Amino acid sequence: MSDLERTPVVALRDAAKHFGPVKALNGVSLSVAPGECLGLVGHNGAGKSTLVNLVNGTFPASAGEVTFPDGTEGVRSVFQELSLCPNLSVAENLSIAHPDLKGFGWRGPARAEILASLDQVFPNHGIDPDTEVDQLTIAERQMVEIAIGFAPRGGVARLVILDEPTSSLDEGIARQLLSHVKAFCAAGGAVIFISHMLGEIFDVSSRIVVLKDGLVVADRPAAEFDRQGLVDAMGHVAAEGPQTETTRAALGEVVIRAEGLEARRGEIVGLSGLAGHGQAAALARLYLAQTSDWRAGRGIRAVFVAGDRPRDGVLPLWSILRNMSVSVLGRDAKSGLVDTGAERRLAEDWKKRIGIRTSDLTNPILSLSGGNQQKVLFARALASDATVIVMDDPMRGVDVGTKQDVYAIVRAEAAKGRTFLWYSTETEEVCQCDRVFVFRNGEISAELTGDEITEEKILEASFEMQEAS
Amino acid sequence: MLARYRILLPVISLALLLCLTFWMQPRAMSYFGLNLLFNLAVPIALATIAQMMIIMVNDIDLSLGAFVSLVACVTATWLNDAPLIGVLILLALIASYAAMGAVIHTLELPAIVVTLGMSFVWGGLALFLLPTPGGASPGWIRALMTVKPPLIPMAVVAAILIAALTHILVIRSKIGTVLRGIGGNTRSIARAGWNVTALKATAYGLSGLFGVLAGMALVGLTTSADANIALRYTLLSIAGVILGGGEFTGGKVSPVGAVIGALTLTLAASFLSFLRLSPDWQIGAQGAILILVLTARLLFSRKGAAT
Repeated sequence: MSDLERTPVVALRDAAKHFGPVKALNGVSLSVAPGECLGLVGHNGAGKSTLVNLVNGTFPASAGEVTFPDGTEGVRSVFQELSLCPNLSVAENLSIAHPDLKGFGWRGPARAEILASLDQVFPNHGIDPDTEVDQLTIAERQMVEIAIGFAPRGGVARLVILDEPTSSLDEGIARQLLSHVKAFCAAGGAVIFISHMLGEIFDVSSRIVVLKDGLVVADRPAAEFDRQGLVDAMGHVAAEGPQTETTRAALGEVVIRAEGLEARRGEIVGLSGLAGHGQAAALARLYLAQTSDWRAGRGIRAVFVAGDRPRDGVLPLWSILRNMSVSVLGRDAKSGLVDTGAERRLAEDWKKRIGIRTSDLTNPILSLSGGNQQKVLFARALASDATVIVMDDPMRGVDVGTKQDVYAIVRAEAAKGRTFLWYSTETEEVCQCDRVFVFRNGEISAELTGDEITEEKILEASFEMQEAS
Repeated sequence: MLARYRILLPVISLALLLCLTFWMQPRAMSYFGLNLLFNLAVPIALATIAQMMIIMVNDIDLSLGAFVSLVACVTATWLNDAPLIGVLILLALIASYAAMGAVIHTLELPAIVVTLGMSFVWGGLALFLLPTPGGASPGWIRALMTVKPPLIPMAVVAAILIAALTHILVIRSKIGTVLRGIGGNTRSIARAGWNVTALKATAYGLSGLFGVLAGMALVGLTTSADANIALRYTLLSIAGVILGGGEFTGGKVSPVGAVIGALTLTLAASFLSFLRLSPDWQIGAQGAILILVLTARLLFSRKGAAT
């Protein structure tokens, strides 16, 4: 292999990282050479994010070493959770990470540089560099962050770490990113690409590393893996092919009719289409219409499962237990006081049912990995009595095995008569639904049911006809 | 989009209040009248900018009023009697503000508690310097504050100058952009390789600088000082920042808006006097004006979010 002849951009030797008793990373050796795209996979909590943080220097290794033969210059990270300054403009966000832009007249070059980078990675992006970031959609923010990662910034990007870069991008934009990554590597850059979407991993990586419980369990060229082999190496047996049909309860009466949407009792309704075409906004309006009536009295009708965890999901200072039980505190209270016994029983029950990986439910929520935090949010919603469950792209950054678990739970709960409203950017998830509304430019462009729900039909409805041809 | 409209509401509130004042009291519509209406706004505007520097980095300063009072006492005593020592004391005060910012950040203390505690320190020092009202304004400050530029009164010129300079400093310059970034997302600034402790110290140091300027300007107008002279500046400055389109969190501030907010608050007091409202009611009425403007802003931003 030619990799051996070149000096690697970064090399880890027996690198380990412990957080107290928790061994997040347990002795990992690997190196990334120029021109290489390393696909990093593993289920939630396998140590991917810890590995990334060692490479980008967020914290030092507890043991072993991380070396950069040519220095850390040009090593960039695009983080999983969005990390721009929302109050600054796109160009200002670039300038923060650009040491050479100072003195008078730094705005022009900053604007030009971010535009050039956006144009290069995402042609026809339509983002104005003077817009404040909080005015952008979550997909656009992700695009800006990726573009900042690849921008020269007074040097050259040599290694770009992409941690779940496509989780909030729709398929067309994700494809633009993948082709840029390929071009970048062909020109001698190195990329560490982390994704739960195995298709993308196979598409871009030249080499795949599988992490499991803080250890490298496989490190081979991508060509030597097949999809099944990769899933097996990760340690989860994911069901492939079409889902086995569970017996579905007969759909009940219509429980929601608004915004041109309709949902029945026991139905799983999907909201699909390209990211940023009004699905998330429609979902938020639907949810608020269900819950914001202050005269409604006790008992909630709808609950919300957030996809943007830091923004609308977790209560960061609270324990796992508290985060889970907050939705039912009112219901389970005894004469206005929290019934701690019932709270704990409920949490232990859901921990088992949904498989949250923690030794102690009183640990802070932030000690969990992203996917496990998401499970807590699911448990919070499902533990309530609400009949309508609104899900805002809840599988963002969740591994394949967890997804299968959640699909099964959603099916089972729907069979009991709960209604799900599910917005997702991934077609695979949308195909789990009984009925799908496809959005385009803020309006519903198609309603699909049963066998009509296929990737082609959804894509067809998502794009204007002239664009599709 | 919204950032550009954020400045509109303060401008409209000030214009509306100004029109009402002129309508009540046409004689205010003159060089002399305008100067009289606004000259107490100059120290308030400087204090508002000082508060804005702190709010910009997601903190709040409850010691500002006491700090400005202390500066006024130093100005009326040491700076007048022994200018060199006076200047050194003022520089030390700015440095202690910067140190306060660094301590708040490194020890992860809540700014609201630390500044509340410091307000008693500043207040105590001020009483120690001037147990009874007194002292005298240095001649040059007095001259500066009573200068009569042609056509436009001093108060208006000063307000425009303060607004323009701080706009360049906070909005246009690189350091200002990074400081606002701290309010928006501290982690991302730290990840980009900045020393957040130094940046927070800078923001607090700037706040101290503008606090010192506010105290000096105040003595220039009043010609003497008192340990409690500026206690109400703490709340006035917070109100001014918010009135000017700033927000408590997220690094969303507007220096031009803050200056306009300070002018509006000063004008509101005069306007209520013109209405012959008893002073007992004036503070309540000022609060009502504040609530009115904030309600209008909320309605506008709701509308903006809906479209």
